Amino acid sequence: MADLSFVRSEMLPERAPPATEVGIVKWLRTNLFSTWPNALLTIAAFYVIYLVLAGVLPWLFGGVWTTSSLSECREVLQGDVGGCFSVLTERWNQLIYGFKYPTELYWRPNLALVLLAFAAAPVLFFDLPRKLLLFTAIYPFIAYWLVWGGPIGVPVTAFVGILGAYLVFERFSASNFALGALGGVAAAFVLWFIGGYLVDMMASENPLLTPVASRDLGGFMLNLMLGVTCVSLSIPLGIALALGRQSSMPLIKGVCVIFIEFIRGVPLITLLFVASVMLAYFFPPDATVDLFLRVVIMITLFSSAYIAEVIRGGLAALPKGQYEAADSLGLDYPQAMRFIILPQALKISIPGIVNVAVGLFKDTTLVSVISMFDLVGMIRGPILASQEWNGVYWELLGFAALLFFVVCYGISQYSQWLERRLRTDHR
Amino acid sequence: MKKSAFLGALTVASIAASAAVAQDASTVDQIKERGKLNCGVTTGLVGFAAPDANGQWNGFDVGVCRAVAAAVLGDANAVEFVPTTGKTRFTALASGEIDMLARNTTWTFSRDVDLKFEFVGVNYYDGQGFMVAKDLGATSAKELDGATVCIQTGTTTELNLADFFRANDMSYEPVPIETNAEAQQQYLAGACDVYTTDASGLAATRATFEDPSAHVLLPEIISKEPLGPLVRHGDNEWGDIVRWTLNALIAAEELGVTSANIGELGASAGANPEINRLLGTEGTLGEMLGLDAEWAKRAIMAGGNYGELFAKNIGEDTPIALARGLNAQWTEGGLLYAPPFR
Repeated sequence: MADLSFVRSEMLPERAPPATEVGIVKWLRTNLFSTWPNALLTIAAFYVIYLVLAGVLPWLFGGVWTTSSLSECREVLQGDVGGCFSVLTERWNQLIYGFKYPTELYWRPNLALVLLAFAAAPVLFFDLPRKLLLFTAIYPFIAYWLVWGGPIGVPVTAFVGILGAYLVFERFSASNFALGALGGVAAAFVLWFIGGYLVDMMASENPLLTPVASRDLGGFMLNLMLGVTCVSLSIPLGIALALGRQSSMPLIKGVCVIFIEFIRGVPLITLLFVASVMLAYFFPPDATVDLFLRVVIMITLFSSAYIAEVIRGGLAALPKGQYEAADSLGLDYPQAMRFIILPQALKISIPGIVNVAVGLFKDTTLVSVISMFDLVGMIRGPILASQEWNGVYWELLGFAALLFFVVCYGISQYSQWLERRLRTDHR
Repeated sequence: MKKSAFLGALTVASIAASAAVAQDASTVDQIKERGKLNCGVTTGLVGFAAPDANGQWNGFDVGVCRAVAAAVLGDANAVEFVPTTGKTRFTALASGEIDMLARNTTWTFSRDVDLKFEFVGVNYYDGQGFMVAKDLGATSAKELDGATVCIQTGTTTELNLADFFRANDMSYEPVPIETNAEAQQQYLAGACDVYTTDASGLAATRATFEDPSAHVLLPEIISKEPLGPLVRHGDNEWGDIVRWTLNALIAAEELGVTSANIGELGASAGANPEINRLLGTEGTLGEMLGLDAEWAKRAIMAGGNYGELFAKNIGEDTPIALARGLNAQWTEGGLLYAPPFR
């Protein structure tokens, strides 16, 4: 009887998988055409993308960059589709610096921006050597002097005052935090008072850097300056408010609650109007607080109230055990906050803080309604009102949107990196 | 940058005490001491006030500011242009941030009386008009029965429009829009047959169209919008200076004094006594104002007489192409009528 049983003695060679299960076809099938409805949606989506691109790309690449007015653009285009981007090249300086900042001084804000990168780096990326923070500490004064110019005594005095305050604080805070803080403030004011007289006496006719008035600032530079200043001021203020709201001392708690709730209950634009319009009534005509300063104060107060609530959320999210742990180690209130509570609470609050920061940065465009010429103010006012460029909307506003998107997207990417970097739990 | 806030607050406190004294000085003295006229203008309105690519302000309202600066300070460029929005303009003037406002402001009873301002005259007689596409075939606003109308909400133009259509027993369908920019887009896209706003605004808007000749402004003007410069109540000497500087520009056109022939006419007393008084070669008009004899001459030389300012900024040779219309001299059927210089 013949042995009919079959035993395979060698492996079959591998065969290529079916064409529908590999590569691009498989990817298309699973992701785009898995079912009939999905396939239809895919086709519809592609059609929409095609429509958008077919509209935008010729406009973008067929654009005109070198004419000197809208009517010339139209002559060049002869009815073809194309953007009139000449407005961006012709008014570039106005879009970035405003229309009154002296042209020959553009290097000063530019330099301030470059230095900002160095000053911000050690704050943003804490792997960098800590000594770089020294530069961060003096940066605000350098930047002020670069942008506004004038006698160097002003930023120097301001710096000396802060330095004095810091030294006094260091000296006393180890034994008594409150005494250190109050003494620091007092020292700063004494130094500023003395410095103010010295600056007035020593002010020369021709300062090293030509002074530039706040009214002359404008363009995207103004947005950036307002954004950076207000964010960096409102975070410390927000932390203080959040802690104040949690305080067991009724007066401090009451003041903080009233402040936060009042500010949150009022639209920013109202505060800006108060800053620009109402305050003028309270001062004599020649002595008003600088407009830029008024706006900075108002935006800072506004966003610090929001940041305070974000941080309060972070504080509330910490388990009670953390507070008790700090107490059981024998730490007093400032130490417990600085070493145990705030590092954790702030970490939890990062997304919320970044949210407020991005919102604040975009809100800086609101200053255009109180006749400050930020980027949007420049576009809506002088540029669209010039006889050459009246009627160019898409190009200008698209450009503004692009600038803001770049900055805001950068902030959001940074915050995501920060969250990953700080993740210490085992989720 | 950040910490300077405190320093600023400190200096402010010290200045505040010293500056309280200065407030009593008259506006003219303050301007002379400052060396600059603070003039409120718009943040940008085609033809009336806008900075060019070099940051130089130009326009019809700007011309008035420059003329006043030339009369008072002798320098047409000694002006600090303070851009104001529709919302901030009156507080800027009332608080003393600006010395005068030349910002397309309609002279109304409540602004003059209740807000305590003084309109010194009218430099542009505006009024609400209609713009339609030529294809529509309408030649008069009375043929617009049943039309869709783009109209800015919350303005007096909305009320004027309703009145006009009711008075003529016609119906219309409003398309509410928020800003002039939106209106341009809507009108061009065909969302409405008619766009209505101030006639000067319509002309400026039409000038930006790809094919301006395809649109017409209808002849009817359905409201009164006299626009003029204004000052605060309470300093009549200053008000007089601004009023008569504006009148000097208007009178100069009537008398045929232009920036071209003013050097000749103002060199010595000529045959026309009114020209002589205006240009200071005769009489003491400048002294009465508290200025020197050549104040009006400088004001006219700053940008030309009224007609020249008009032609250069908004006249028929500019893209805006406004006809003189109501803004012609009274001798030519318009409303411009400067009181006599005597």
